[in-house]
Amino acid sequence: MPRSSSRKGTTNLKESGNSPVMDLFRGGSSKASSKDTGRHDQLFYTYANHSSDMIDPDGIVSLCSDLGVDHTDVRILMLAWTMQAEKQGYFTLHCCVNAFSWQDEWRRGLKELRADSLSKLQKAVLDLDNKVRKSSSFPDFYSFAFRYCLTEEKQKCIDTESICILLDLVLGCQFRAQVDALTQYLKQQTDYKVINMDQWNAFYRFCNEINFSTFENYDPDLAWPLILDNFVDWMRLKRDKA
Amino acid sequence: MNQREIIDFHEGWKFMQNGITKLKSILEGAAETHFTSEEHIMLYTTIYNMCTQKPPHDYSQQLYDKYKESFHEYITSSVLPSLKERHDEFMLRELVRRWQNHQVMARWLSRFFFYLDRYFISRRSLPPLMEVGLTCFRELVYQEVKVKVRDAVISLIDREREGEQIDRALLKNVLDIFVEIGNGLMDFYEKDFEDAMLKDTGAYYSRKASNWIVDDSCPDYMLKAENCLRREKERVSHYLHSSSETKLLEKVQHELLFVYATQLLEKEQSGCHALLMDEKVEDLSRMYRLFSKISGGLEPVSNTFKQHVTAEGSALVKQAEDAVSQKKTDKKDVVGVQEQVFVRKVIDLHDKFMAYVNNCFLNHTLFHKALKDAFEVFCNKGVAGSSNAELLATFCDNILKKGGSEKLSDEAIEETLEKVVKLLAYIGDKDLFAEFYRKKLARRLLFNKSANDDHERSILTKLKQQCGGQFTSKMEGMVTDLTLARENQTHFEEYLNNNPTANPGIDLTVTVLTTGFWPSYKSFDLNLPVEMVKCIEVFKEFYETKTKHRKLTWIYSFGTCNVNGKFESKTIELVVTTHQAAALLLFNTSNRLSYQEIMAQLNLSDEDVVRLLHSLSCAKYKILNKEPSTKVISPNDVFEFNGKFTDKMRHIKIHLPPGDEKKKVIEDVDKDRRYAIDASIIRIMKSRKVLGYQQLVSECVEQLSRMFKPDVKAIKKRIEDLITRDYLERDKDNANLFKYLA
Repeated sequence: MPRSSSRKGTTNLKESGNSPVMDLFRGGSSKASSKDTGRHDQLFYTYANHSSDMIDPDGIVSLCSDLGVDHTDVRILMLAWTMQAEKQGYFTLHCCVNAFSWQDEWRRGLKELRADSLSKLQKAVLDLDNKVRKSSSFPDFYSFAFRYCLTEEKQKCIDTESICILLDLVLGCQFRAQVDALTQYLKQQTDYKVINMDQWNAFYRFCNEINFSTFENYDPDLAWPLILDNFVDWMRLKRDKA
Repeated sequence: MNQREIIDFHEGWKFMQNGITKLKSILEGAAETHFTSEEHIMLYTTIYNMCTQKPPHDYSQQLYDKYKESFHEYITSSVLPSLKERHDEFMLRELVRRWQNHQVMARWLSRFFFYLDRYFISRRSLPPLMEVGLTCFRELVYQEVKVKVRDAVISLIDREREGEQIDRALLKNVLDIFVEIGNGLMDFYEKDFEDAMLKDTGAYYSRKASNWIVDDSCPDYMLKAENCLRREKERVSHYLHSSSETKLLEKVQHELLFVYATQLLEKEQSGCHALLMDEKVEDLSRMYRLFSKISGGLEPVSNTFKQHVTAEGSALVKQAEDAVSQKKTDKKDVVGVQEQVFVRKVIDLHDKFMAYVNNCFLNHTLFHKALKDAFEVFCNKGVAGSSNAELLATFCDNILKKGGSEKLSDEAIEETLEKVVKLLAYIGDKDLFAEFYRKKLARRLLFNKSANDDHERSILTKLKQQCGGQFTSKMEGMVTDLTLARENQTHFEEYLNNNPTANPGIDLTVTVLTTGFWPSYKSFDLNLPVEMVKCIEVFKEFYETKTKHRKLTWIYSFGTCNVNGKFESKTIELVVTTHQAAALLLFNTSNRLSYQEIMAQLNLSDEDVVRLLHSLSCAKYKILNKEPSTKVISPNDVFEFNGKFTDKMRHIKIHLPPGDEKKKVIEDVDKDRRYAIDASIIRIMKSRKVLGYQQLVSECVEQLSRMFKPDVKAIKKRIEDLITRDYLERDKDNANLFKYLA
């Protein structure tokens, strides 16, 4: 079924060859053969809701089970990133459910992954975690994760509960100690009920740059967000007491 | 005779020799002879002839040599021996005598041999005769005796220092020799005398100082030092060469002051700190005079001064805090007498120490700064929970309101206001002061409590001078509003006259305020008594005839009402606030009302109801009876009109104390500060486009410092907020860099 080119309510996505996703999967051919497209579409419609032309949460769940990956797994998020999916995902307290809406995104993602069948897709997805974490585009994925969770149109912040989940998902493997500490702090502090993009980005920088055992290179006179200044003070107090 | 006879050299010289011998005997003081003009001319002419004879009889060179020899001979045979056999002062005298003689001799001989000076010396590039003479004396006499002479002079100087009377004229003459022997150069004076003299002086004072510093108190030591310096200066004028003055005084200052500066200033009972404590103004002035002469001398003094002022100021703070804590707890939030006394004391302290800066320390910038730093320390501490900003504002209010300072003369009031404004310079939170001041000004203006319009305007002028126009613009607006309000009232009254049906039957005065100028007030929807409702409507109608573009918000909490209370014995006119009047009028319809009923009917907050009922039932005039008749209002109380109330006056004012404004003021100021910080950040970023975090913070602090000292964390928070609102963004590569988003 040919897709109409008009889209509802989406902003422009990067389609150029400079997307970080393309960096990840270097050298993907820019022209898809009609045979490939056909297979992509086939796969799409296996899971898509025919009336709305999108893979809705139910479709995702079945896709995930076919892939052998839990739908709360970070690799699904990474898949969404690969597709440069729009901010259609949403997190509830207990599960992370994504909706892949448009076929173009689907096509793009599968093209990048060079997957035109379920088995190839499965292989690619299972490998995504490794690939993305080690790549130089990880920071872009990290920012994407935040944006993806902004469900309302003018929404700029995410509540702290969801942030904790997201942090665990995205940074848990690499920075276990930091994520645990931050989560604990965020849950007990009352100054901030929501976290914005700037603070979110700063968390990543913090994990990368600051010596977590001593905080000796943390300088509150620099432009770190206030929430991190407070976090470091809190950590120091805790450690002094211990 | 036309032709001159050739003078043979030996002949001629013999003749000259006689002349020289005669000269010598005159010098020795032997005979009272002198040269006659003839003798003079003969001697001169002999030389002339011998020089102008034709060769081989021109004897210029030989004569030149002989001239020199004459000095040699005389010096070695007479002068040196006589000097060698004398010592000390006697030697000095002999030297002076011989030097003076020598100058006479040189002068005379030069006259005799003058012709050589005219042509011979320049032809052969030889030194002139006087110089030859000088050089002879220098080489043969001066160089021989200079060390002995120097030592003799120095020992005389030291004796004079010890109090002996010495022959100053002699020393002057001796030292003149050292100067003149240089023939224009000071080298001999400096190397052969001054250097050693300075060294000796240094050693002398070093010894003295090491004793004095142990034995003497600081003031005594300083007095001695000052005297020594004075005497050394005199010494220069008496016999030393003027060029020695600077070096000499520096040496003395070094040994007496520089070396022992710290020990002197830190002397336990009598050092700088002690002098300040004991208010020894004269000693401190001396200290300033002396220490200003040595490099880095004043810094420790100004530091001690600063510490002293800070300590005194902090003591005042503690004193006030202690006094306040002894007060009963129920009056804790009200700025009371103790705090006012504190402000007065701080003003006096400032006067006292400013006098020190002006008089003892001669207005030196170091001390002005020390005073400023000290005051900034303790003027920002606050007393018992009230900030200094509030204390100062209350202080001003007390002066400016009726019944505040009527005992003081106009000049005294002006002076005090002047001083208060000066103190404001030390307070960081100037915007807090402005807000408190504004709140109190509003009360004074609206309740007609201002004592004197001129003083009100005068302090605003002073504040404007000190803090800029922006600081006082709102306050000035408030004062102007009142003037306009009076005009407006006149128009309103005309309107009522022209529209008799509109008249509400109650005398109504309305003051219309411009919102931006006045402090913000929570306006409650007080349920007005019916009688008053009509008033409001009438005024609204009238106001709409003047302008349709403005909205009126009624602030009943500032209204005043005259209500007639028909008590059993007599009717008394009660002057109350609108809130109080509304409460009282409820009793026109019901004799007994409970607290809850009153609150419900009035539609006010608990806080306001408690205050107003208290003023009517538990204060000086009990218009209402309260059950139970405790002194505290509780929600279970019941109130009744007190028909039996009476007073000898027919007209009484029932005071309603203002609620706690402090919290609201601080809230308002905090809010304004957030806006101010935002505006400042945006202003800076707009012009710089890209700026590092630390620079942004420091520029922001500087921009705002006129009004308050912003907390760095607060600035950080505002920056984050502005990022969220898309005014700024963080640079992708450098997390400490911000960019302005147009």
